[in-house]
Amino acid sequence: MRLNVNGTEHELEGVDPSAPLLWVLRDGLGLVGAKFGCGISQCGACTVLVDGEPVRSCSYPVAAAVEAEVSTVEGLAEPGGELSAVQQAWVDLDVAQCGYCQAGQIMAAEALLRSNPSPTDADIDRAMAPNLCRCGTYLRIRKAIKVAAAQRAEGGRS
Amino acid sequence: MKTAMDLPVEIEEAVNGIEPIRIAKIGRREFLKLTGLVGGGLMLSFTGLRAAATGGALHPNGFLRIDSEGITLYAKNPEIGQGVKTSLPMIVAEELDAAWEDVAVAQSPIDEATYGPQVAGGSNSIRVNWDLLRTAGATARAMLLGAAAVRLGVPPAELATRDSHVVHERTGTRLHYTDLADAAAAMPVPDASRLPLKAPDQYRLLGTRITGVDNEALVRGEPLFGIDQSLPGMKYAVYQKCPAQRGRVKSFNESEIRQLPGIHDVFSLEGNGNPLELMPGVAIVADSTWAALSAKRQLRVDWDETDAAQDSWSDAVAQAGRLRREAGATRVVESGDVDAALAGSAQRLESFYTYHFASHAQLEPQNCVARFANGAVELWAPTQTPHRGIDNVANTLGIPADRVTVHQTRCGGGFGRRLYNDFMCEAAAIATRVDGPVKLQWTREDDMSHDLFRAGGFHQLEGSLDAEGSVTGLRDHFITFADRGRPVSGGSFRPGVFPSGLIDNLRLEETALEWRTRCGAWRAPFSNVFGFVIESFVHELATAAGRDHLEVMLEIFGEPRWLDPGNPRALHTGRAAGVVRLAAERAGWGRAMPAGRGLGLAFYFSHAGHVAEVAEVSVDAEKKIKVHRVTVAADVGPIVNLSGAENQLEGSVIDGLSTMAGLAVTFENGRVEQSNFDAYPMLRMPETPEVDVHFVASDFPPSGLGEPALPPLAPAVCNAVFAATGHRIRTLPISEEGFSIV
Ligand code: FES
Ligand code: FES
Repeated sequence: MRLNVNGTEHELEGVDPSAPLLWVLRDGLGLVGAKFGCGISQCGACTVLVDGEPVRSCSYPVAAAVEAEVSTVEGLAEPGGELSAVQQAWVDLDVAQCGYCQAGQIMAAEALLRSNPSPTDADIDRAMAPNLCRCGTYLRIRKAIKVAAAQRAEGGRS
Repeated sequence: MKTAMDLPVEIEEAVNGIEPIRIAKIGRREFLKLTGLVGGGLMLSFTGLRAAATGGALHPNGFLRIDSEGITLYAKNPEIGQGVKTSLPMIVAEELDAAWEDVAVAQSPIDEATYGPQVAGGSNSIRVNWDLLRTAGATARAMLLGAAAVRLGVPPAELATRDSHVVHERTGTRLHYTDLADAAAAMPVPDASRLPLKAPDQYRLLGTRITGVDNEALVRGEPLFGIDQSLPGMKYAVYQKCPAQRGRVKSFNESEIRQLPGIHDVFSLEGNGNPLELMPGVAIVADSTWAALSAKRQLRVDWDETDAAQDSWSDAVAQAGRLRREAGATRVVESGDVDAALAGSAQRLESFYTYHFASHAQLEPQNCVARFANGAVELWAPTQTPHRGIDNVANTLGIPADRVTVHQTRCGGGFGRRLYNDFMCEAAAIATRVDGPVKLQWTREDDMSHDLFRAGGFHQLEGSLDAEGSVTGLRDHFITFADRGRPVSGGSFRPGVFPSGLIDNLRLEETALEWRTRCGAWRAPFSNVFGFVIESFVHELATAAGRDHLEVMLEIFGEPRWLDPGNPRALHTGRAAGVVRLAAERAGWGRAMPAGRGLGLAFYFSHAGHVAEVAEVSVDAEKKIKVHRVTVAADVGPIVNLSGAENQLEGSVIDGLSTMAGLAVTFENGRVEQSNFDAYPMLRMPETPEVDVHFVASDFPPSGLGEPALPPLAPAVCNAVFAATGHRIRTLPISEEGFSIV
């Protein structure tokens, strides 16, 4: 089975096609940005993009991602390289508390801004509703998405 | 008072905000000497880590190291989202006069001798470590100054420090700390009692907004958390315990599980008799998390439930209904003569309040990597109490504590759940049966069924008013839970509990129902529910008196004074009135509201923090509540990291609202009836109110911020709902009364 993650093709051997994408990423490829929170599509901690669409990778069979492009938080910036506008806004606004949900939040925000470069509050609420933050950082997430949107609009970072 | 579980008293009391943990009682003057005694001479003499041993580095204590390469500050306590990995080093950096941009922060090793208690709990990190860290920074600064004076041949009094430099104004000379480290390491260690510490108006770093030191690694998805740890050759394990806590394994479908793909081993464990350490269960060891999780779904265990929990919430409700009007079995707090006050009152009020059990639901399910070899075990654990974890694991395996090594990882939320180290004990016990390292992974379902729950409870209140509408007496009969006679964690009034000392005639009584399921500290233990009860009832009294709630609150506080003179952790009525006035003013208290809209006020004092909140809500005919805004005023002494402090208050408000809105854990037949987030619906972004945070700039000793802003939220919202609708909510979560937050 071949899987394209962040632009790199991986040859997977002996992987159960029904295994959730989340565990293939984490245990198989060592990409641990996406997190396990509930396993039943309720929290969004495991959010990654499949062909640009946010999916809950805990409940998404890896077989369904073959032939597609999978993006995870690790792929938003080169290691040590410049952060994406969304990532940078997250740092500048000190969004995280425990930080456990934030990779999922960031991927949901990336997907939103790619399809809707200047979202309203209502757009943001709708797009981000699947992602729980147990620590309650929603206000900062909302603000950070607006800051990132402005950055992208100015043609700064992508 | 002993709690039902074996949580050490100092931690239990710390998390309940009652007693400072050991170090806190020691004044700065004596600190170095005393730690020296406890810690084997290291802090006393400062010689253990001097230049000779560290190759020209200034490393006078465990909290900082300066060498020619740079400045490293060590964060001693577990990071659970409360921000201490950033805020604790900030305190050192302030007294050191290091520029924050020059500083690298590292997590310190688990080492009680060097660091003292390393605990995340009780909103204690800042308070307990304040003097210690200031002294650590000032010590190094003095040694750097001394070294510079020698090098420049000028008196130290002519030198100043700024932005990681020693500065000699007259000649315009600037020496960077990294260039002085070598010489500074050879300077005599100053007498800590003589070190000048900054006054608040000299702070350059404290009180500013600093982004968290792990933020960049977080947004890049780097492996910071327990669940992210991985070792070469690591196997993956799950552990199934009885759905009714403490049940034992009779038998299970072993041969079937063994044949499943990717399975290495399956075996049962006995448990060690301590429900905070190892409960009986079946372990499955596999070559991936998914193989282990899939096999767990096929696992069929026949449980022996003779000793298992049989708890039933509906039974508890029925019993509480029968008992509430009787006298409590014990009188915990008594002052004045409440019977006389009630009998002689102009008006008398009676109310019955109920709150459900709740789960911690920290977003990262329990996990732990363990490796056992040659009678020793090494663990990578997201725990709030690493030292306690070492003892728990040693006890579980029957090995000496010095054969247990714990590495701390970032924690995906704590809220009190990770004060308890059952997951570490399970991982260690499983590791003794596995060749090489193994990662134990709990599912969300494991976490929901084997939490240490925030206990539910019931309060029958009576209050009296005199002819002027002043509160004269209060009686509360708390129907709570006990495990074989010992009150469950958070299930008992503590002496001095708010509003002791504020109401002349006060009696707090308790009756405990038998309960076996584990209960534990949950963010602002006890206060998080009692705040709702007492602050709602005071509003009821004010309403019955036909008086303004704010006015009645201020009257109850009375003259500015410490309620327990000499104890800086006690309530100060002037500080209490200060935050209440500030929140009211900023929220526009008293302004006219359209129909269906209202303001509600509440105050609570916990963990030495004085916090008042005002909620502004609208309620529609379907009992849907929109919380527009919550105004928070807090007096917690000086603020270390303003960004982190604001984040904690916003988070406390949202956590409080989430929990009051719809989070309930119910039990039947000893089993939790909610298994995952679909039945435990936490608040999401669309329901989030605006949060407006204000700090009173006081220079009392600092107290923590992780907890005290949570208790006032629920009563503020319920009081606002009353103002908007005339309906008094007396049950948490409010979904039980048909309300929802939209
Ligand atoms: S882990 Fe996938 S949605 Fe919660
Ligand atoms: S920051 Fe902790 S869950 Fe979101």
